[in-house]
Amino acid sequence: MNCSILLAGFGGQGILSAGRFIASAALTEGKEVCWFPSYGPEMRGGTANCGVIVSDKTIGSPFITEADALVAMNSPSLEKFSEIVKPGGLIIIDSTLARPIHTRTDVQWISIPASELAAEQGNIAYAIIILLGCLIRQTGLVGRESFSRALFENLPLRHHHLIPAEMAAFDQGGNYAVGRD
Amino acid sequence: MEKRVLMKGNEAIAEAAIRAGCRYYFGYPITPQTEIMHYMAKRMVEVGGTVIQAESELAAINMVYGAAAAGARAMTSSSSPGISLKQEGFSYIAGAELPAVVANIVRAGPGLGGILPSQGDYFQATKGGGHGDYRNIVLAPASVQELYEMTIEAFNLADRYRMLALILGDGALGQMMEPVVFRDKEPIDLPKKPWAVTGTGGVRPHNTITSIYIKADVLEAFNRKLQAKYAEVSRREVRAECLNCEDADILMVAFGTCSRIGRGIIPIAAAQGVRVGLIRPITLWPFPSDVIARAAAQPSVKAVLTIELSCGQMVEDVRLAVDGMKPIAFLGRSGGNLPTQKEILQKIMKMVGR
Repeated sequence: MNCSILLAGFGGQGILSAGRFIASAALTEGKEVCWFPSYGPEMRGGTANCGVIVSDKTIGSPFITEADALVAMNSPSLEKFSEIVKPGGLIIIDSTLARPIHTRTDVQWISIPASELAAEQGNIAYAIIILLGCLIRQTGLVGRESFSRALFENLPLRHHHLIPAEMAAFDQGGNYAVGRD
Repeated sequence: MEKRVLMKGNEAIAEAAIRAGCRYYFGYPITPQTEIMHYMAKRMVEVGGTVIQAESELAAINMVYGAAAAGARAMTSSSSPGISLKQEGFSYIAGAELPAVVANIVRAGPGLGGILPSQGDYFQATKGGGHGDYRNIVLAPASVQELYEMTIEAFNLADRYRMLALILGDGALGQMMEPVVFRDKEPIDLPKKPWAVTGTGGVRPHNTITSIYIKADVLEAFNRKLQAKYAEVSRREVRAECLNCEDADILMVAFGTCSRIGRGIIPIAAAQGVRVGLIRPITLWPFPSDVIARAAAQPSVKAVLTIELSCGQMVEDVRLAVDGMKPIAFLGRSGGNLPTQKEILQKIMKMVGR
């Protein structure tokens, strides 16, 4: 098993943290992981992205040139990274903020109005968690329990009371997964 | 299973330094290595150490000089432009035979350049940078785990030889997160430093730490002593990893981040019927010339390909090591760009005439 995930959006949407949650969850499952952030000047007010590689074996290059899946939280990110997704790969978009690009008909698209759903729950920060819920359900990348544990391990104590709501958002996203149980 | 902790490369350096008994860190912030200082500032308080944000890089390296002269394990870190500013201090530390550790999380140059990963400081790290006849031990880790282990190793080597040990990383290694196991090979046993300037207590003759030797014969004798020490380091401390080198058609030579990209090529090339080996220098000084020469001498080897995040620096040492036995090819990217597996593979196929 070797899975390369790209997460991309605006700074402040929780992109880098989301990558950390995945990496942390995979770590607890004994897998090899590598998380690599964008750290260019573009982070200041612009797009933010990070790559996460999860593997059973030692990870070679930390740089993703062919992604198994992309989670895009705005149009510029989608345009920038959609070409990197492998044929047969997966693109999940926050359809509140981005529209599918029709040049990629060779990948699986899942559109979720994540920001809208999160806003309904009163916390826009859940948008990325909804998208991760779908990503993880669709790919089987890590278990639900591991993800929950990753939230406890990575969020500061003062935010732990929010984790049940985050897991509800995670499950809501999971419902958008297609072609699995 | 041993406990694995998810950490940034920069954080792993700082944690390792503290576990190695470093209690003095002096730095000045610069991307992409500022997390070293952040982490130090947070952790050093817990162990009773000292972190100073110096007024400049030059001040920071001279604070290291001072702390090392007093017998303490001390370090500084920076990225390329900041490391250039420290070069005077590097030379003085060599001249005063002080043990010190420096991490350079290299970014793309020259000048202010950019903040993305590069290996363009190879010449500076291995061939001087400061003035005079001196050497630094240069370690080239390729993962967050190795950043941790080699930082501890750097302190041990620095103390053993009374030299500056440089950790040459890059922006990718500093910024990435990977699992780390805090595997401390041996208990930290701080060596006695009878030469340190710690105060005589009124009972012993005073020690002097200096790099000034005005008389030619005295300075030449000191240089000979340094050279003898460097020769010993070259004999004893060369480290390299060889992957798939036996009977290889093509040998790749790459260090740090580049070696990881190279590692991925081996199975892909094998699937196309080309046996590719990888030599990864772990010490850049002393350079593993013999390892490279031995591997290149194999009759199966058609050519040697050096891959770097620069316009061609280590390739000069590879050429010296191979000494005309086989053709040398080079593939480099700069500016913060990275070679893709595809372009490396194309190059290899061209080298084998396909």
